[in-house]
Amino acid sequence: MTSRRHLLTGAAAAGLGAAAGAGLMTAAGADDPVPVAATEALTTGTATVPFHGSRQAGIAEDPPAHASFVAFTLPAGTDRRSLARMMRLLTDDARRLTQGVPALGDTDATLAPLPARLTVTFGFGPGLYRAAGLPSPIADLPKFKIDRLERRWSGGDLLLQICADDPLTVAHTQRMLVKDTRPFGAVRWVQQGFRRSPGVQAPEHTQRNVMGQLDGTANPRGAEIDPAVWNSDGSTTLVVRRMRAEIETWDKLAVADKENAVGRRLESGAPLSGTREHDEPDFTKLDASGLPAMPDFSHVTRARVTDPSLKLLRRPYNYDGVPNAAGHPDSGLIFASFQKDIVRQYVPIQQRLAEKDLLNEWITPIGSAVFAVPPGCAEDGWVGDQVLA
Amino acid sequence: MRNLRTLAALTLAGALTTLGLAACGGGDDAAAGSGTPAPAPSATAAAASLTVKDPWVKAGPAGEMTAAFGTLVNGTDADITIASAESPASPLELHEMTMKDGKMIMQPKAGGFVVKAKGDHELAPGGDHLMLMKPAKAIEPGDEVAFTLKLADGQTVDFKAIAKPFAGAEESYDPGHMAPMGSAAP
Repeated sequence: MTSRRHLLTGAAAAGLGAAAGAGLMTAAGADDPVPVAATEALTTGTATVPFHGSRQAGIAEDPPAHASFVAFTLPAGTDRRSLARMMRLLTDDARRLTQGVPALGDTDATLAPLPARLTVTFGFGPGLYRAAGLPSPIADLPKFKIDRLERRWSGGDLLLQICADDPLTVAHTQRMLVKDTRPFGAVRWVQQGFRRSPGVQAPEHTQRNVMGQLDGTANPRGAEIDPAVWNSDGSTTLVVRRMRAEIETWDKLAVADKENAVGRRLESGAPLSGTREHDEPDFTKLDASGLPAMPDFSHVTRARVTDPSLKLLRRPYNYDGVPNAAGHPDSGLIFASFQKDIVRQYVPIQQRLAEKDLLNEWITPIGSAVFAVPPGCAEDGWVGDQVLA
Repeated sequence: MRNLRTLAALTLAGALTTLGLAACGGGDDAAAGSGTPAPAPSATAAAASLTVKDPWVKAGPAGEMTAAFGTLVNGTDADITIASAESPASPLELHEMTMKDGKMIMQPKAGGFVVKAKGDHELAPGGDHLMLMKPAKAIEPGDEVAFTLKLADGQTVDFKAIAKPFAGAEESYDPGHMAPMGSAAP
């Protein structure tokens, strides 16, 4: 529902309120075989997400279809004053681009007018706080035994999470922001990912990942997001993990084996103890052979959290690079989760998964980074002003 | 529908400008020469005539020419002439780009910038601009630089421009030295 509200907001801002209404009606009547006039449906490009507020955008909204996570390394000599200059500049870019307005000095201004729900979310790594001479609210994750981390996907002092329903919008925004960040730091890594395109599925439907699993069934939704994600000052934290999918060996499994590893039916996403996707898993239920219907080693069993304040808001994106000469894919998941407190919420879940999760056989963490996500900013402020000013 | 959208975008751009001008509280840049919040909105209100939309300045090292850009918006029913400009950051000249002997060159704008009644006048790379002849200190990306436009009728308009790294257009801003506006990377 969030996304629909934003769709309407954005369209109304662009003077297209009536057309947006029609577009939603059309989407609702999806079985209508008659193609609608294109002009009625063209709301995806003009939709905007508000930039200003006590919380940053790009977190609680339904994730747009495309994302680029861009991490930077700050050079020695970076100080609080230069960080303030950097964030003032990047905030100015983000507040314009997210509303469909070219950045100042935008050499490709023609690429700005279709924001397509563009959001730019800023994260501060532990190194940024060190540079600023401030205590860091986050620390690098402990090592997990399943980790096979590569430097080229790990760490980072500053993160930009750029999301939009259109990849050209993401590309232009990334270009503009990287240009303006260059005087302050070096690009450390970039991870680009995707979800289903707008209009392919209703936003409230759970998406599939490249392994064919429904991914995000247990995600907090609506009012459940607040207790899991937001600190009272509007800050939160972000974990980004690059999870390589071992598709070649995953391919060899029969459907039943895949379902046992996950603890859910592939087709419906229902827990193995139930029949529908959103049935609560029943860990006491036994199957025909007298064993627990939800295997102890399954991903769902291991990751299970019931306390609403201990849940993670997962906001992952698929990645799919190019196959190698042997035809083996380079695919997986850019796992991204927002939570109030990484140590209290993320680490225990990841520890349980690292200790015993059959799915570990087919997924390998190859990148890892943590960021504090400072509060949003007011119209006369900049992101991070409460931390760095 | 397109017109409505354009209108909305323009209105929005206007709002962002106001906001950009107002967003100067806590500025720590020495180049601006002032630690107080921007007086821009009240100053423009006092002038009640001319506003500066989307101002920015190209970051650069101390002593090297650089330029400021934006859109001058005349809300009145009479033409407004900008006679000169000042900044604590650098001596300033009003410049235009013009074709001379088959080459684009930069030269002082005779008679200043004239903004037509109810009209806009764009200051942009490759066109008219405010030339910072010799910044006393480096203008760093993210700095806010204060400017004062002096109108022909004696009124003044203050504004602040954010400094951006910029490597566009490859213009010869300093033909004497044949130095193009290069990268602002420090």
